[in-house]
Amino acid sequence: MSDLTTLKIAEARDLLRKGDLTARELTEAHIAAVDAADSLNAYIEKTPEIALGQADAADARIKVGNAKGMTGIPIGIKDLFATKGVHTQACSHILDGFKPEYESTVTQNLWDDGAVMLGKLNMDEFAMGSSNETSYYGPVKNPWRAKGSNSDFVPGGSSGGSVTSVAGYAAMGATASDTGGSIRQPAAFTGTFGMKPTYGRCSRFGMVAFASSLDQAGPITRDVRDGAIMLESMSGFDPKDSTSVDVPVPNFEAALTGDIRGMKIGIPQEYHLAGMPGEIEALWHQGIEWMKAAGAEVVDINLPHTKYALPTYYIVAPAEASSNLARYDGVRYGLRNVPENGGLTDMYEATRAAGFGEEVKRRIMIGTYVLSAGYYDAYYLKAQKVRQLIYDDFKRAFEKVDAILTPTAPSAAFAFGEKSDDPLAMYLNDVFTVPASLAGLPGSSVPAGLSADGLPLGLQVLGKAWDEETVLKVSGVIEEAAAFTSQPDLWWR
Amino acid sequence: MSNIDKATVAKIARLARIKIDEEKLEPMAGELNNILGWVEQLAEVNTDNIEPMSSVVDAKLRWREDTVNDGDKADSVLKNAPNAEFGFYAVPKVIE
Repeated sequence: MSDLTTLKIAEARDLLRKGDLTARELTEAHIAAVDAADSLNAYIEKTPEIALGQADAADARIKVGNAKGMTGIPIGIKDLFATKGVHTQACSHILDGFKPEYESTVTQNLWDDGAVMLGKLNMDEFAMGSSNETSYYGPVKNPWRAKGSNSDFVPGGSSGGSVTSVAGYAAMGATASDTGGSIRQPAAFTGTFGMKPTYGRCSRFGMVAFASSLDQAGPITRDVRDGAIMLESMSGFDPKDSTSVDVPVPNFEAALTGDIRGMKIGIPQEYHLAGMPGEIEALWHQGIEWMKAAGAEVVDINLPHTKYALPTYYIVAPAEASSNLARYDGVRYGLRNVPENGGLTDMYEATRAAGFGEEVKRRIMIGTYVLSAGYYDAYYLKAQKVRQLIYDDFKRAFEKVDAILTPTAPSAAFAFGEKSDDPLAMYLNDVFTVPASLAGLPGSSVPAGLSADGLPLGLQVLGKAWDEETVLKVSGVIEEAAAFTSQPDLWWR
Repeated sequence: MSNIDKATVAKIARLARIKIDEEKLEPMAGELNNILGWVEQLAEVNTDNIEPMSSVVDAKLRWREDTVNDGDKADSVLKNAPNAEFGFYAVPKVIE
């Protein structure tokens, strides 16, 4: 038997429908692959019984000709999506033992289409991090290693478990979430495809909240077509989320025509960072050449407020986080610490001191400060105004172009501990992804090449609001041109 | 420029309801000053006559019928409580 875990979602879907493969066979192969990947630490909770039950239901459904794109496809779920009766802690200690009594809309959509849950995936605590080093459950290892080296690298973050499960052949796809780059940056670090849709495309109901005006779910897959199939299943209007937008979900896979002739692709001049590694510039240049070769017109554009996006984000996101995370008080769910003879406030303070990790505390403190009396106007209101200017930059640019092409991250994957002592160095990972998050725009990361050390690099495609189809179409052209067939050695199996 | 001292850190920690040990106040002040010093570059952006942006979604919040459409789930609501008694969340004594 060939290794079923290397199949793409589209390939497995077609084999399942033809009757050449059963969902049970596919699921059993993946359950074994999940166990074999323990040393990567991508899964923090495995659900093989649920998976096999869902696989059998999928087989029954395929038999009666009622299959959807995701029917019988084994996937992993990031730990911040509420899954009824199953571990949901956003990889924080403060949600100790929490098993929700409800299901997130995104996962419910996937189960309604017949998808199969392999387990819950590791992540930075409350999605606050760019290396998966802030998880209460320990770091995730990148399946990729540098040429001729046995050293481990970070998978990026916050969706580190999601990308590692997919790059490491321990899931065919994974759910992820992106607040400032948490889908796109880890996808770039692991040679996977990641797609953040337009804010409002996927319901946030049942997603553990980090920064509500920015959080958006999306898929991690091994190629663009799989991403289109999985995103379509995850998307859709949800009355349970007041920011969910009631627009039709297109057939995303149909957008992959490969034809971008005459399309205008914008190259933002402000993304040429001083001190950026030459190989990132070279990859970007290569991407521009691919666009021209495919018949697109490449246009230089300006996004003048780009350099203010990160500082804006690091006011807006912590402010929203400090408010969202106020709910963790030891009363209703999760951890509770009560000092001896302590009262209610002592309980709050001890529970939150013990339950939150250092980065989460830091961001709650920043958020509390910028929202506090006397500082609100100078920090929070100012950041919201600059956010409007960043949004306006994109709006003007998209009057001239159909999509924007940039690198996804300013470097390849880095070593553990390399940036974890310096918050500002860590934040800079998201320099290219944060602007589109602030503007709510759809964006992808496509594997496009390797660094000199043999680690994956990604290109980012940004589109107009609600135009995921163009993002996917351009991503497909990059994928085709890059012919990225490299894969990690299966050293952990 | 921000200049957060130990006392300010203690005050923010109190507002955020996070206990921070005395010896950690000083290092935390340093970290917060670093980050705030960096975000303060926003001051150089001219934002005269710019409305603050709170959401990227243009749509107005939807209305719904003011009817009861959920409820009667006390057991489910209390299921994850660290301590629940008689159908309520139980907490340390609040009133002496």
